[in-house]
Amino acid sequence: MKDQVIIRTRGLTKHYVLGAETVRAVRGVDLVIERGEFVAIMGPSGSGKSTFMNMIGCLDTPTEGDYWLNGQLVSDLSDDQLARVRNREIGFVFQTFNLLPRATALHNVELPLIYAGVGSKERQRRAREKLELVGLGDRMGHKPPEMSGGQRQRVAVARALVNEPALLLADEPTGNLDSVTSQDIMAQLEQLNESGQTILLVTHERDIAQHARRQVHLKDGMIEQDFLNEHVETRA
Amino acid sequence: MLLFEIIMVAMGAVRANVLRSALTTLGIVIGIAAVITMVALGEGAQQRVQEEINRMGTSILTIRPGQQMWGGVSRGDAQLSIDDAIALRAESNGLLRVSPEQQSRMQVTYGRWNSNTQIMGVWPEYFEMYGHELQSGRWFDQGEVQGRRRLAVLGANLPETLGDTPPELLVGANIQIRGIIFEVIGILEEKGDAAWVRPDDQIFIPQSTAQYRVMGGRDRLNSIYAATETPDELDVGFAEIDRIMRREHRIKVGEDADFNVRNSADLLETRNEANRTFALLLAGIAAISLLVGGIGIMNIMLVSVTERTREIGIRKALGATKRAIMTQFLVEALFLCTLGGLLGVAAGYAASEAVTRLAEWDTSVAPEAVITAIVFSAAVGLFFGLWPARRAAILDPIDALRYE
Ligand SMILES: Nc1ncnc2c1ncn2[C@@H]1O[C@H](COP(=O)(O)OP(=O)(O)OP(=O)(O)O)[C@@H](O)[C@H]1O
Ligand SMILES: [Mg+2]
Repeated sequence: MKDQVIIRTRGLTKHYVLGAETVRAVRGVDLVIERGEFVAIMGPSGSGKSTFMNMIGCLDTPTEGDYWLNGQLVSDLSDDQLARVRNREIGFVFQTFNLLPRATALHNVELPLIYAGVGSKERQRRAREKLELVGLGDRMGHKPPEMSGGQRQRVAVARALVNEPALLLADEPTGNLDSVTSQDIMAQLEQLNESGQTILLVTHERDIAQHARRQVHLKDGMIEQDFLNEHVETRA
Repeated sequence: MLLFEIIMVAMGAVRANVLRSALTTLGIVIGIAAVITMVALGEGAQQRVQEEINRMGTSILTIRPGQQMWGGVSRGDAQLSIDDAIALRAESNGLLRVSPEQQSRMQVTYGRWNSNTQIMGVWPEYFEMYGHELQSGRWFDQGEVQGRRRLAVLGANLPETLGDTPPELLVGANIQIRGIIFEVIGILEEKGDAAWVRPDDQIFIPQSTAQYRVMGGRDRLNSIYAATETPDELDVGFAEIDRIMRREHRIKVGEDADFNVRNSADLLETRNEANRTFALLLAGIAAISLLVGGIGIMNIMLVSVTERTREIGIRKALGATKRAIMTQFLVEALFLCTLGGLLGVAAGYAASEAVTRLAEWDTSVAPEAVITAIVFSAAVGLFFGLWPARRAAILDPIDALRYE
């Protein structure tokens, strides 16, 4: 049987040096996340949530500490291997969507597949499938500026899912959305998790975090609390 | 990442900024257009020179009077006399065909028409050497030269000059050269200009007639022409001329000769050399403008990389490798430059055509030049696109994503 642990960090630390001052954004985080989990990272602004997520997403490198993804020590990976991990293992949803504004929804979702070397036909098929999954089957030819915030974020979710990543990371995916749209996106994530997708979600809203099964609270770059949501028992 | 996708992305970027892309490639367009035009001009000149050489005959040696030296001091211009020509013909054992040339501009009249025309006193060999053909009538022969006969062979333009008279009518008619009556016995085929010679506008008469009847008995030749059978014999011919002429003029070996011997091909070669120098100068200008164009490309690519930092960040976050990003920007630069090259070729071609029309200067756009120009502009794109592309490739994903 495959190892159930997907993320393991040990003393994960990130310092930013700004002139004479050193900002300790993340200060020694030890965390283990297993496959199939739905974890919400919470904490006040500036507590290091985004910094932590970026390291987990292999976008940023820790100053100190170790991080194993799927049992592989990430600091051992070459640039090209990191690109491959970002492409195949991780789907990232950003607070600010980060879509290519001049490309259609379909092309945006196709992007990871392009870098994975998937042929044009197969690429379109898979991109369409994911767009339909997030309920945008009728908006494929639209460009981001022609879409609402909620639609854009759903395009971003489709894009994050298109390569069937082992890990879905979302940094305040609802941060720029109204509450109704937020509930929509969260319902979608919940559904994904129910079908087995591992999700790591950053938020500072309690009701958003309620959708997850586990909450990890950060404060000043350190874990303050780590607990399961109450409803988990009742649901399980 | 598939190369095709990269190309599509790069072209999309060019299309998104049409005006800027067009202005950016302008340097390359001008550079390449300059190269194409200049090569076309050079090629045209080259072809023209080659044609002239062919027309003139490559195996003609021209003997001209030089400086007469006496004890290292110039005593004025030396002279070529008819005896020199006779000696050259008699003593070269058939190696050389020889003709003197004694020429002067004179008034020519035919009926009520008159013109100021160059009169050439020559031997029959002259026509042979230069490959003249008759369109009607006949040549004069050596006997008629001896007899100082008043016969004239006209260049192809003269019927027109002399009142547009049909050549058939002119043959057998009398014309007056400096008031002296000559019988027209032949009209030459058109020959075109050959370097400094314009045979179509000349009248040819026997040299002896020119000397004794027209030019007042003056034994002073402008030049002597000597031809060998083939260009290979030119060196031997040259040595023979030098030997015979030195003996005639009593000049010892080692002393400076009072005559010059030039190969017609050499004379053209000198001009050719000048053309090449000119071409080199233009090539220098073209190289500089391509350099400037290349720097322009580099500049705009750097701007493009900066502007699209966030896009690069997104692509990297989604799994683009350094190589993929690098290729994307390189292809963009390559595309811009090659496009510029193609436009430059078109502009250069148009410019050459215009020069041909307006300046009546022969041009010829060689396919090699076109291919070289396009390859070269692509190389400029690669070279100047490399640095911006590398800058894009090594961007840190998270820094690029945070870039505002
Ligand atoms: N690029 C950077 N350079 C310097 N300091 C940084 C940088 N990024 C983050 N920080 C600092 O690190 C700390 C943690 O930032 P981070 O963005 O991780 O917080 P966060 O928990 O995501 O906050 P928010 O809820 O507001 O998004 C903050 O004090 C921030 O100022
Ligand atoms: Mg944040």
